[in-house]
Amino acid sequence: MTDKPSLPIVENFSRRAAVKGGFATLGAAAFVAAVSPLRQAASDKSAAEFMQQHYTELSPEQKADVIARLEAETKQNYGAEVTIGDDRPIPGTKFVYAINLSVCNGNGNCVEACHKENNHDRSTNQSYIRVLEMPMGTMDMEQGTTTYTGAVPKDGKFYLPVQCQQCDEPPCVDVCPVKATWKEEDGIVVVDYNWCIGCRYCEAACPYHARRFNWKKPEVPAEEVNPDQSYLSNRIRPVGVVEKCTYCLHRTRRGKLPACLEACPTGARVFGNILDKDSNLRWILENKRVYILKEELGTKPAFFYYFD
Amino acid sequence: MPRIANLFFTCVVCVTAAMILIAAGQTALRDSTHTGSDESHTVRDASVHVAQSESSASENSAAKTFPIIVRKPIGPPRIELAGTDPQGRSASVACSTCHSVRKPNLENVSAATLDEFHQGMTFEHGKIACYACHNPSDADTLHLADGASVAYEDVMTLCSQCHSKQAESFAHGAHGGMNGHWDLNVGPQMKNNCIDCHDPHAPAYPKMIVGFKPKDRFNEPTDPAEH
Repeated sequence: MTDKPSLPIVENFSRRAAVKGGFATLGAAAFVAAVSPLRQAASDKSAAEFMQQHYTELSPEQKADVIARLEAETKQNYGAEVTIGDDRPIPGTKFVYAINLSVCNGNGNCVEACHKENNHDRSTNQSYIRVLEMPMGTMDMEQGTTTYTGAVPKDGKFYLPVQCQQCDEPPCVDVCPVKATWKEEDGIVVVDYNWCIGCRYCEAACPYHARRFNWKKPEVPAEEVNPDQSYLSNRIRPVGVVEKCTYCLHRTRRGKLPACLEACPTGARVFGNILDKDSNLRWILENKRVYILKEELGTKPAFFYYFD
Repeated sequence: MPRIANLFFTCVVCVTAAMILIAAGQTALRDSTHTGSDESHTVRDASVHVAQSESSASENSAAKTFPIIVRKPIGPPRIELAGTDPQGRSASVACSTCHSVRKPNLENVSAATLDEFHQGMTFEHGKIACYACHNPSDADTLHLADGASVAYEDVMTLCSQCHSKQAESFAHGAHGGMNGHWDLNVGPQMKNNCIDCHDPHAPAYPKMIVGFKPKDRFNEPTDPAEH
């Protein structure tokens, strides 16, 4: 072999070393590719946001800093002056919703009101409410359809608006691997949008399809941004996180009615504090035929459907 | 060969160390640029919170409760005249302008049998006669089943005679649209009255057209072939 003429460099470099070198290069390239999203993350997120603690662990000063930063970011990204509140549960309240299915005619004004109130992405017409057109005689959601159009109500149909049921045993909270969603004292299940990692387990766990995922950065024109916002509620959510109905806590924790209720032209929606003995809700629960959705799952919704 | 492996390992360590250093450096940089604007916000937020807590405290101590305001019709309807005066102005007259000089027909139950005025009006409200609700002795008021006169503003009293179930639900917030506050310690609540939603002459709630639809997978039209 030695007397055969060959190039000196190739002779010094064994085949085994060449293969090893090749794989080493591949490995290094793979490593660079694997960590490259981190470089992207650095440009997407401010360092302060990256370092932010879980909402429940923030001190009042830290909260004020975070909220000031979010307000500044909204101004920068959307050109809108907003105030982000930190609305906490009112002691002695548990919020409950009821919908009169004898009256609801499926016109969808609530869906639109939710869209506007909660600063949803304009291009997808996102909303926390979905109205199912159901055949008479069943409460099985599988038989409903959301694609109906034209004049409503249609004969032989009733309309079932479905949004977050604020369950007392929320499956979405159980499955969250990072505790980014939890149930507050007034019964509202909230999400810390800055803590959510976007794994969408909660979306899969919810039997009511009540959660939504931000597939893209929400587009809201500056003049359409609702400036009355709250940290846990309708502030504009970042891309890649899950969001949900909060019973408009930026309104209801300030004593006002939810936006979907005010928008309902038929008066089918009733909202109130179930701990108040004289509340509308208590009267309905005691005097009407009340149903809950998917009762057999044991989720214990704070959301009731009734018939006259 | 171990030399190449060592070299590669050193590279990885160096890259990681550099990434950590850069990240830490950026953190410090951004924090220092943010603090200036943050302080002003913090101060403003604090003042807002103080104001809120003060107002809620005063409300609780006074136990002030806001009312539930039910909208009312502004009064007896006015009838627009068909003709105009020489200046082109139209006018409206009270019901009693005509009805005080005309003899009421207590049997009439439909607009179709009228030969003058109110023609073409849709009437689909059971089999009741006009004068079941309208007052034959005073056209600017309505009257209850017992003959007692009731003002147009209080039309809900009249409706509630027959629709007592709805009136009961209404009284408990389970019928009729509303807005304002659920918590009457904070602010008032405004409610519609019967004739805001129901035309008294044809009270069935009108059909509506669905306008707004979210665009998600649940709202995509399903392929009929799949089913």
